[in-house]
Parts: sequence; C-alpha cells; structure tokens
Amino acid sequence: MTLGVMIIDLAKGMLTSIEIFLLTLVFSQPLGLLVSLGRMSKNRIVSTVIKAYIAVMRGTPLMLQLIVVYFAPFYIFGFNLTGFRFPAIIIAFSINYAAYFAEIYRGGIEAIPKEQYEAAEVLGYTRAQTFFRIILPQVVKIVLPSVTNEIITLVKDTSLAFVLAQAEMFTIAKQIAAKEASVGPLMVAGVFYFIFNFVVAFVMERIEKKLDYY
Amino acid sequence: MSEDKVLEIKNIRKSFDGNEVLKDVSLSVASGEVVSIIGPSGSGKSTILRCATLLERMDGGILKYKDDIAASDESGHMVYADKKELKRIRRYFGLVFQSFNLFPHYTVHKNITEPVILSGQCDAKQAGERATELLERLGLEDKAEAYPGSLSGGQKQRVSIARALAMKPEILFFDEPTSALDPELTGEVLKVIKGLAAEHMTMVIVTHAMKFAREVSDRIIFLENGVIHSQGTPEELFNSNDERLNSFIGKLEE
Ligand SMILES: Nc1ncnc2c1ncn2[C@@H]1O[C@H](COP(=O)(O)OP(=O)(O)OP(=O)(O)O)[C@@H](O)[C@H]1O
Ligand SMILES: [Mg+2]
Repeated sequence: MTLGVMIIDLAKGMLTSIEIFLLTLVFSQPLGLLVSLGRMSKNRIVSTVIKAYIAVMRGTPLMLQLIVVYFAPFYIFGFNLTGFRFPAIIIAFSINYAAYFAEIYRGGIEAIPKEQYEAAEVLGYTRAQTFFRIILPQVVKIVLPSVTNEIITLVKDTSLAFVLAQAEMFTIAKQIAAKEASVGPLMVAGVFYFIFNFVVAFVMERIEKKLDYY
Repeated sequence: MSEDKVLEIKNIRKSFDGNEVLKDVSLSVASGEVVSIIGPSGSGKSTILRCATLLERMDGGILKYKDDIAASDESGHMVYADKKELKRIRRYFGLVFQSFNLFPHYTVHKNITEPVILSGQCDAKQAGERATELLERLGLEDKAEAYPGSLSGGQKQRVSIARALAMKPEILFFDEPTSALDPELTGEVLKVIKGLAAEHMTMVIVTHAMKFAREVSDRIIFLENGVIHSQGTPEELFNSNDERLNSFIGKLEE
C-alpha cells in the first residue's frame, strides 16, 4: 500500500471521527446543561438519580459504556442491531460527555453570586430570562477553559469507537497496520489527531478571546 | 389619606430557623417621603427591605403597595398574591443594593435599558433615550458603553441607581448604598440620593451615615433587635434623651 492510498483511507476515517466529535458536542452540551440543573435540583430524588448517573459515567470506562449501549437493546429487548452501530456510538459518547460537562457547568453556575438572581428578580426578569440572559452568559465565560480541555480529550476519545469496529480513523489505522505489519499507519493517525486538536485549540482560543470583552 | 401611602407594612414578622429577626414591625411610607432606617448590625434592617421587595417571604403581617396587597395574614395564615399579581406589584419599587449587583456582561447602557424593555414599558429606542437622560443626570454620559468592571465603586452605584430609576418606580429602597465604597467615593452617591430627595422621590434608605440620614430624611426609624425602638423627625431623634439611641448615634458619629 502506498503512502498516498493510506493517507486517503485515513482521511476517510477522519471524516467519521469528525462526525462523532461534532455530533457528540451538539448533543452533550445541552444535555450536560440539563443534567447540571438536575444535579442542583431541590428535588432530592432528581438530584440523587442524577448524582448516581454522573458517578457511573465518570467511574466506568467509556469503552465499556460503548459496548453496553450498543448491545443492551439486543440483550434486553432482543432488537436487531443492524444500523444501530453509529447511533449507539453517538448516544454513548453524548451521555458520557454530558456527565463531565454537567459537573463543569455546575461549578460555573454555583460561582455566580446569588445577588445576580436577586437583582434580576427585583427588576422583573422572569426565571427563564434570568437564567438565559444573566446567568448563562456569565457561566459560559467561566467554564470555557474547562470545556476546552474536555473537547480536546473528546477528539482523542473518538478513537475508542474502534471497540464497536466503527470505521473511524483509529480503527482504519489499526487495520492497515495489521495488514502491512507496520506501525507507520498508527503514527500517521497520530499526526492526524494532532492536527485535528490543533485546529480545535485554535478555534477555542478564538472563542475565549471573543468572550473576553468584560 | 390612605391613597397617599405608597408602602404600608403592618405587623410583619420574620424568622430564620427559629431565630426571630423581625418582631411585629409596622412602617408606612407616604408619597414623596424619605425614611431612613438606622440600627445596629443584625437588627433586621436588610430583612425589612428584603421582605418589602419580595426577596424574602415574611411569616406574618401585611405588605401593601398603594391599594395592592402583596401579602397578608388576615385570613389567619400568610397568603401571597399570585405570580402575575406579584409581577405587577414589583413595578412599584426599585432596590439599590450595597454591592451594586450590576450585570457584568452588559454595558452600562444595556444594564439600564434591558429591564425596561423586558418589562414592556417602552421600546428599545425610548428605553435608550431614558438611559441616556439618566446617565447625563448622574454625570455618567461618557460611561454608556463601558462595562461595570471598568468603573469605580461610586460610578457602579450611580449606574445601579440609574438602572432602578429607569423602571420609574414609585418607591426606591436603598440597602446601605455607600457601605461598600471607599470613603472618598461616598459623597458622589449621597449627592445623587439627596438630589432625588429634592425631587420628592419616595425613598426608604438603610444607612450608617448619620449626618446624611439627618440631612436627607423626613423621618428616621431606629431599629433594634427586630423592633422599632423609636422613630421621628431627625430633630426629634438627634435631640432625644433616650440612652440607647444616643449611645448608638454617638458611636457612629465618632
Ligand atoms: N438568609 C438568612 N438565613 C439565616 N439568618 C439570616 C438570614 N438573613 C439574615 N439573617 C439573620 O437575621 C438577622 C438580621 O439580619 P439583617 O441582615 O436584616 O441585619 P441588618 O440590620 O441588615 O445588619 P447589617 O447592618 O449588618 O447589615 C441577623 O442575625 C442575620 O444573621
Ligand atoms: Mg444589612
């Protein structure tokens, strides 16, 4: 296999990796926000359930979670799994990352002084207006550095999809490496991940700068 | 005479976990009146304002703005008006906090205009005009596009007064508006409040600044241990023979 063909194969796998990355971000961010609100809920049942969920998500390997999410419908309901591979990956990644984002958001939300809520209340803001206009924008600025860290980890974690034999970049690199009996493809994959993260870090830095207006 | 009352508080009681902070306090404020509340730390001054501004739920008593009853225990237990009613009642008052509590991610201009626009009082253009006018009046016209973080304490407090005034409240509460300021910055804020008093803005001011209270108030209330120990015109209170009151005033004037 020539280097050119290998790079093209890996680049195709990279598209899948990017897809996993973007979809996970799109789903896990709002889900994480909801989870953080549940975690802080005054309802003891809700907050306890959410706490347990976060503990499991953070306390067990993501690789195991991928396997459980993929095979659970079959073992529990006897569902046919064709076509479920990619959705299972997105679900597993999203619920896992939502747990991490939730804890980050919680830290940010708790850092906002209660006087901000009170000022808004006296000025007639509704609870939703207070949250979305006053609290959330301040939280986003506080949590952005931690969120960036998670996002960079996510880029690398997309390679875990190999356990379900999803044809993302790492899976392909491993296949080529086995066939060619060479670590070369894995090295090239490493370079790809590095470039991917370089771009992500650049974008996040731009966003951070943009939020640095106050 | 009753329609002249902007605020009427009757027999309010408030406890925090069994600790009774307000014991049967009554306070009426007439339109145009300036009332100062003084008293030692922990006497319940902030709690009165927080009950009056609906930030804290009272355990007993009546809270009324003009003819609108916000809360009452006349039926035997404490009943608050419903959410919609309370939203309307909130329009009666404004509150200026000790710690300003401006929204740090908004410019000064937006801090002032957004609440007005959201309240539906007027559109963005009119709200903007209102803000510009207020900022000019408070000597902050060049700060409209600044963020609160770049302002001095005195400027922040003036912005927060402008923010409250933009809502056109009938009564304005101040909770120690100068206590968080460096001494050299209190003057500019007190001057603004005096200006408002001269225009007959109805105000209730919790303060430790005795000289100021004496100059600006129509009536001063001395609160101690959750009860009104004494009240009267500044002349009456400052010339009183009451030992407790004199020792408190004396301590602060030193
Ligand atoms: N949310 C709360 N929970 C428990 N106790 C409270 C709470 N708010 C106030 N208190 C208590 O109520 C009492 C009166 O407090 P308040 O803040 O009204 O006093 P204050 O007269 O404003 O004092 P200061 O001059 O120090 O501001 C204090 O003993 C305080 O500890
Ligand atoms: Mg106080």
